[in-house]
Amino acid sequence: MSELIEHSRTPLLLTERKRVSVANNAAREILGEHMLGQDVRVAFRHPDAVALLDQSSSGTATVRGLVRRLDIWQINYKRLDANLGVIELVNQTAEADISRAHTDFVANASHELRTPLASVIGYIETLSDEDADYTPETRGRFFATVLSEARRLQSLISDLMSLSQVEAEKHDRPTGVIRLKELVEGASIDAAGPDRQHRLLIECHEDSTIVGEARQIEQVIRNLVDNALKYSGINETVVVSLDRAPSGDARLRVTDYGEGIAPEHIPHLTRRFYRTDPGRSRASGGTGLGLAIVKHIVERHKGRLDIDSEVGKGTVFTVRFPASEKAVDDVS
Amino acid sequence: MPEHTVKAFDEDITHLRGLIAEMGGLSELAIQESLDAMVRGDETLAAEVVKRDRKIDELHTEVDKLAVRVIALRAPMADDLREVVAALKIAGVVERIGDYSKNIAKRVGKIEGRDRFEPLTLLPAMGDLAAEMVHDVLSAYAARDPLLAKEVIAADDKVDAFYNSIFRNVVSYMVENPATISSAAQLLFVARNLERIGDHATNVAEMVHFAATGTYPPDEDD
Repeated sequence: MSELIEHSRTPLLLTERKRVSVANNAAREILGEHMLGQDVRVAFRHPDAVALLDQSSSGTATVRGLVRRLDIWQINYKRLDANLGVIELVNQTAEADISRAHTDFVANASHELRTPLASVIGYIETLSDEDADYTPETRGRFFATVLSEARRLQSLISDLMSLSQVEAEKHDRPTGVIRLKELVEGASIDAAGPDRQHRLLIECHEDSTIVGEARQIEQVIRNLVDNALKYSGINETVVVSLDRAPSGDARLRVTDYGEGIAPEHIPHLTRRFYRTDPGRSRASGGTGLGLAIVKHIVERHKGRLDIDSEVGKGTVFTVRFPASEKAVDDVS
Repeated sequence: MPEHTVKAFDEDITHLRGLIAEMGGLSELAIQESLDAMVRGDETLAAEVVKRDRKIDELHTEVDKLAVRVIALRAPMADDLREVVAALKIAGVVERIGDYSKNIAKRVGKIEGRDRFEPLTLLPAMGDLAAEMVHDVLSAYAARDPLLAKEVIAADDKVDAFYNSIFRNVVSYMVENPATISSAAQLLFVARNLERIGDHATNVAEMVHFAATGTYPPDEDD
């Protein structure tokens, strides 16, 4: 009997007197082996699900937070007789996420796009005023502002594009296998560019192989290195290191000796458009999206991002990725 | 877990774990909905959270009774005893988590002028972290997973950092906008409740670790 459903891609469970008696491979993968033989409430603790499985007829419920917090699953329950029931699970997270991400995106982005646009319009109006008589220096200064605001818009749009790209792919597990060492070295030097290369100190002690998408990991490294260089003194060194955490995970650390980040800002750093000091961040060309992108990419790769900082001493960004043996295991 | 000779004991343990999972599900939903209600100013939703808390209390009583009966009738030993004792303690803590959420819900109507009230935007991120800890610790309990329990314990630092951050932000907001002090003070309590929820999730994590391994997790810095 259990063989019949074992290989279905849809998570399916059989319950016998309110206990899980059979769960197919897909169901065990999302809910864990441990719920076999347990009370159904151990696997489905959401009150709506408990109510559904408790009632004496078949039915459907949509619940949030079945496997991971905030994911959305539809539970279809078919009661066969007094003791037996079948449960089918349908993941609806992706659909709900897309519409939510869309609303957030429009709300955040319109404000951020409007600011530089307003100053571009303002300066161009001023410049095109025929009655005004500006010296070439003044005009030059105005044009420079317009240009820098336009550039800011450009980088904002490209960051927004990559953020929405990353968010769209959030639910697809990456499949490529990449070696980190080469990637870290290449992307760090790339991010620094010829002018700032001398400030980089790259220490790749141990290479690690991880499951991931090279393009995205590269972006993580570029954003972190660029931030570190941007927000520390003009001659300060930035250390990029790659090694293994005690748990065997690949650990990438970007350390700067800048002015550090006050503790009250740290929890908010990965929020879109959050800035510790709006004026300075804009002046250095920041879009306020770099760390949000990093966070999304790290989450997609099942990694972890930690930020440690001491005001006056500097900041360490640590990214951990599960080493590939573990990750490969997870995928299969 | 291996089966017991006395089949009724297995039944009791399974039932006990089911009850705790149900309590956990209710408290998880209570955190989420009380925060949603707070951010949106939805007093109907808040009233529902308050009302539903009674169900958590009832389940708590049921867990208490069942656990005491199991101990009295079956005199469990070793890991079986740990299981029952942990269940007894965890139920008490989960019930507290429900109470904190109820307390957040009760404050929803006391925030005035919420459209212009910036500190409100700081709460959801902290709430997400606290709710995530509760979610993870309940999953750790269901799976008897000491490693996940340890992760929950580690996450408490982040919630504490958030609490300090919100505290400072709200206090400086109060200084600048004295007219909002009564609403802002309510938010401090909400943040405090979330911080306590994080602490309680940590407590549950320690008991999950205890039930699974027989030892409390060591303090460690990774």
